[in-house]
Parts: sequence; C-alpha cells; structure tokens
Amino acid sequence: MVSAKPTLEIRDLHVAVEGKPILKGLSLVVNKGEIHALMGPNGSGKSTLANALMGNPKYEITSGSIVLNGVDVLEMSPDERGRKGLFLAFQYPTAIPGVSVANFLRMALTARRKEMGIEKPLPPKEFRTLVKEKMALLKMDDSFAARYINDGFSGGEKKRAEILQMAVLQPEIAILDETDSGLDIDALRIVSEGVNALSGPNLGVLLITHYQRILNYIKPQFVHVLVDGRIVKSGGPELAHELEAQGYDWVREIQAA
Amino acid sequence: MNEQQQTLDIREGYKEKFGFHDDIAPVFKSRRGLDKSVVAEISAMKKEPAWMLDFRLKALEQFEKKPLPNWGGNVGEIDFQNIFYYLKPSEEQTKNWDEVPADIKRTFDRLGIPEAEQKFLSGVGAQYDSETVYHRIKQDLADKGVIFLDTGSALEQHPDLFRQYFGTIIPPSDNKFAALNSAVWSGGSFIYVPKGVKVDMPLQAYFRINAQNMGQFERTLIIVDEGAWVHYVEGCTAPTYASDSLHSAVVEIIVKKGARCRYTTIQNWSNNVFNLVTKRAAAYQDATMEWVDANLGSKLTMKYPSVYLMEPGAHAEILSIAFAGKGQHQDAGGKAVHAAPNTTSSVVSKSISKDGGRAGYRGLIKVAKGAKGCKSTVRCDALLLDEHSRSDTYPYMEIEEDQVSIGHEATVSKIGDEQLFYLMSRGIPEAEAAAMIVNGFIEPITKELPMEYAVEMNRLIQLQMEGSVG
Repeated sequence: MVSAKPTLEIRDLHVAVEGKPILKGLSLVVNKGEIHALMGPNGSGKSTLANALMGNPKYEITSGSIVLNGVDVLEMSPDERGRKGLFLAFQYPTAIPGVSVANFLRMALTARRKEMGIEKPLPPKEFRTLVKEKMALLKMDDSFAARYINDGFSGGEKKRAEILQMAVLQPEIAILDETDSGLDIDALRIVSEGVNALSGPNLGVLLITHYQRILNYIKPQFVHVLVDGRIVKSGGPELAHELEAQGYDWVREIQAA
Repeated sequence: MNEQQQTLDIREGYKEKFGFHDDIAPVFKSRRGLDKSVVAEISAMKKEPAWMLDFRLKALEQFEKKPLPNWGGNVGEIDFQNIFYYLKPSEEQTKNWDEVPADIKRTFDRLGIPEAEQKFLSGVGAQYDSETVYHRIKQDLADKGVIFLDTGSALEQHPDLFRQYFGTIIPPSDNKFAALNSAVWSGGSFIYVPKGVKVDMPLQAYFRINAQNMGQFERTLIIVDEGAWVHYVEGCTAPTYASDSLHSAVVEIIVKKGARCRYTTIQNWSNNVFNLVTKRAAAYQDATMEWVDANLGSKLTMKYPSVYLMEPGAHAEILSIAFAGKGQHQDAGGKAVHAAPNTTSSVVSKSISKDGGRAGYRGLIKVAKGAKGCKSTVRCDALLLDEHSRSDTYPYMEIEEDQVSIGHEATVSKIGDEQLFYLMSRGIPEAEAAAMIVNGFIEPITKELPMEYAVEMNRLIQLQMEGSVG
C-alpha cells in the first residue's frame, strides 16, 4: 500500500541514553497496512528505538526526525503521541496498583476519541461490549477487566493485556517491543493471533524481536536487521530465515565487509 | 482541561469550589479572645444548666494550665487571643431548607448538601460557624427511636441520656485541645441508636466555617446501643482567608455489645485552618468500631482516631488517608488500645505528599497486661510525588502481654516515572495520569466508602493534583 505521505517516517535518528549514543542514524518508514520486523541482538538498540518513538523522557534524541502523518513527533509529549495513534506494547509493562484495567481503558479510549474529534465518551454499555469482545479475541476471562493493571499478572497476562489495550485503542502504528519474550508456546499463539486479527489496512506494525520464533505466527512483509544502532540489512521474510540459520554474526560480518 | 492552565498553585481549584465566603450578619458574635466571661457568655446564650457552665469553666482552667504539645506540628503559631470563639449565624435552627437564611442556604446548595440528603442519606445536620442551622432525620428512623440532633439540642431534650455519656470517653483533662473544646464547645451531632436498630443509609453532618479568624468547636457524641448499626459521615470546608482559623472538635463514641459504628470523615478545610481534633471510641463485647478518616485540607491536622477495646471480641478498624500539598502538614494516624483479651485491630494508613507538603502516620498500638489473644496489624504506606516533599512514620507499640500477634508493615514509594510514562503513552495527560496513580494508591480505602463518597474522594484528589505538573 502506497500513500502520499508515509504514516511513520524515521530519518537518521540518533538517540543517547545517559549521554551514551545508542542509535546512530536509524532510518525506517512504516506505513499503514504493513508489518515490519526489526531484529537484532541484545544491545543493538531495539528497545531504545521503541522508547524514543513513544517519547520516554529518559531517551534523548540528539539528531534526526520522527514524523507521523506529516507531523513532527519530537515536539509531542508521550500522551499526545498516544492520542495521535502511536502505540507501544511494552516489553516490561508497569503495574499500577488500585487502577482497574477497565477504568484505565475507558480513560485512554476517551482521550483517543477526543483527539479524533469525538467529544463524547463511549456510552458505558457499548464500552463494556467492546472490551468484552476484545478480551474474547485474546481468550481472556471477563474478570480480567476488574483486575489492577499488571498487578500480579503473569508474564503471559501482561503481554495479552498490552494487546488488549492496542485492540481497544486502535492505533495507526503499533510498536511491539519483544512481545514474544517470556511467553510459552500457547500464550505466544494467542497473542500472535490477536495481533493478526487486528492488523489490516488501517494498522502499521513494527515488530521488535530478538528471535525468529514469533515470525512463525506473525508474517512480516519487511524484515530489518539492527546492529549497533543502525539498520544494516533490510529485506523480505526470507531474511529472517537466513538470520535464524546463520545467527547475528553473519550480519556483523556483512557490516564489517 | 488544558495543560498550560494547570500550572497554577496547588489547590487553586479549592478557592472556586469551596473557598468562597458569604457576607452574612451574624445574630451574635463573641468578642475576640478567650477568658471566663466569654465562656460564661456562650453558656448563657445557650441557656445551659448550671452543671454545664461548671464543666466549661473547669475545662477552661485545664486549657490554661496545659502546655501545648511539643510534638506533631507547629501549633505554637496559633494566636488564641485573636480568635472568635462563638458566632451564631441565625436565630433558629430548622428542619426545612427553605427556612435557612438565603445566603447560608446558597452555601450548602453549592456544596450539594440538600441534593445528597434527598438521594442517599438518612439524615443531615448542617453547621455554619458555631451553630447548626439545619437538622433533620427521616421520619421512619425517628419513629424507631433513633435520635439525631445537634449536641446542644440533645442537652436540652435528653438531659439524662446526655449527661450519662458526655465527657466520659474524652475528659477535658485529656489534652489541651480537648480542654479547649470542652470550654467553648458548640454544635456537633448527637446520635443515639436504640438496641437492634440498623440505620442502613448514612447520617451526615456538614461543617462549614464562614467567618474569618473563626474557631469552630463542635462536639459529637454517638451512642450505639446493643446490636445496633450506624454509619455517620462528616464533611467540612472553609473559605480561603489569609489569616488562620481553628477547628478543634471532640468526638466521643460508645459502641455497645454486638453493635457496629462506622465514622467517615472527609476533611477538606482550606489551607488556613488548624485542625486539631480528638476522636475516641469505646467498643464493648463483639462490637466493631471503624474510623475512615480522610484528610485532604487544612494547614495543620493533628488527629489520631482511637478505639479502646474494652471487652472480648471487640474489633477496631482504622483507615486513614492523609494528603499534604504545598504548605500543608498532615499528622494523622490512629490508636488501638487492647484493654481486654481476644480483641482485634487493623490500621491501614496511606499518606501522600507533594509540592513540599508533609504527611505522616503517627499511631499507637497498646496491649494491656493480661489481654491475651489480641491481634493487631498495622500497615502504613507513603507515596511521595516529588523530591522535596516529606513523609514520616511514627508507629508506637506498647505491648505488655506476650500472647498476642502484632504485625507492622510500612512502605515508602515515589510516584514512578515508569508508571507515568506507561499511562501517558496511552494518551492520558500527565496530571490525570498522576491522579490515577494516587487514586489507585488509596483505593484500598476508597473502596470501603459508599459509592457517592468514593466518587467525591476521587474528585478531590483530582483537584489536589491540578497544578502539580509544570
């Protein structure tokens, strides 16, 4: 799908954490309707990219640009980015004791709808129906909505809760930061099926992963390899298989050559 | 809500919603300051029996003799001679809102009291400065013998019942502020619930200080007879003035065998009020006393609701919330005194401080010698919203018996950058995200409140949080 303006355009992005450069000139375009996999070894800068895109204040953008639907993202606070349709499924979601999943979803959805010009919050009954439907998609029990966000959740529940939020908020670009980590095979399947059900012409996905495993369930059209803060190789799905077969040393060698 | 507009002073919203004042002409106002003649004048205005005047004058002597507490907050700056100790706002008390003077009624309308009364309350008392201007209880409860009056009227109408209990739980000599209240008390609630009667909807009193440099000294006495139940709720607000006011109440509660009393306070005074209150209950066999005590306002609050567990099977529950913003000091907590075997108590305290405010827990668990088989748990959690705010924990234990089970847990946490970022990434603005975290922190207590008050609490927290993000 080619649109006039790219949905998300990252250009020559440099990011430092506590003064240390991590991303060193990363460029990437993700459009709605596309699924991109970004693969890389530990310490290559994958999570830094995810956090920088969402505006985590601990990550300092030293140069480059991030543009969403033609609008500069770097000037926006994290909540503005969220309302404009960026979504990050966290690798380590934080617990918020005392705040129920349902209550949180309602506030977040109301904020997102406002941004889209819908002043009125979704009526309670419709909201409940929506949440129930999305929970069913992720094979979550109804009682889940009343639990406190990520408080005492198992690893699998946390990841499912992230995808549930994505399902309710309907972002334009979803960044999945190692959503596969810490999941057993059944949980991985459920989460992947959830992502697949949500993907389509209105959603662009940036799937960040260390392992090829999740790509057995979610099929990207594009695969990029991140090494030492730069994308060193991009290709189609076959690239992931080559990586799986040959390991990251293989791309390090390409890079060195 | 626009974020730029939120870079206002803390509790800026308070001024508009609660901090207004009315220019009323009181029917009587004592002169500034305190001495025997002022006390005698208050008693005469109320046409009290001689014993009460005597009680007041003796209490005044106690007040003058006792030193100010040298712990807690800075009470040294209270200028006792600059305060008006008694102000009567209107001629008569009424059971009909339409008969309340228009200016005063408007205040209570703005605070939503008449509306709440219709919707979910069994009875309402409204005190304006020193006197109760409105008091009413639902007829079916009155028919069952439930008494809900302002305390002065109770002295007049039920002198024997009154005298049997008044001052028995908190004698004037208890502390300097209890002595002060005993000398100049006016207003407050008197409740008597007869044996076996269950009052299912709350009785509420609302306390409003309107005049500048005012002292409000209500006196509440609640007697819950055997097997009876009651839930009493008090709320309070005051105008925002540049100079200080004083609120010093005494609350005495007797919970008899198998009875249950819950006393809920949502204290929301303006930031110029010293709030120094003595609250104590005696719980007898298998009785339950619950204090739900939320302190959001005031300049300084020193308040430690107590339960004396007098007979086996008595249970105390103390839930305390203290929220201190800029220029505020909340020294709150609770006390449970296990005077009999097999009594239980649970204390949960949640304190929150921001913008340099200071909030803390001060509590005492005491187990008397021979009170075997007592159980007590204390949990106090503090949440700091920024670097320059302060939290203190003073958990005192006096355990004179070995065969008991006492648990104590305390945590201090800071509002996490990670939590804020997480909520914000979902589109929720920073101030709202911070308020969500705070509301979540106190949720174990708000979930105990009737729905209407839980909603009100969350709204008040939201108001406290406005302007917190610059």
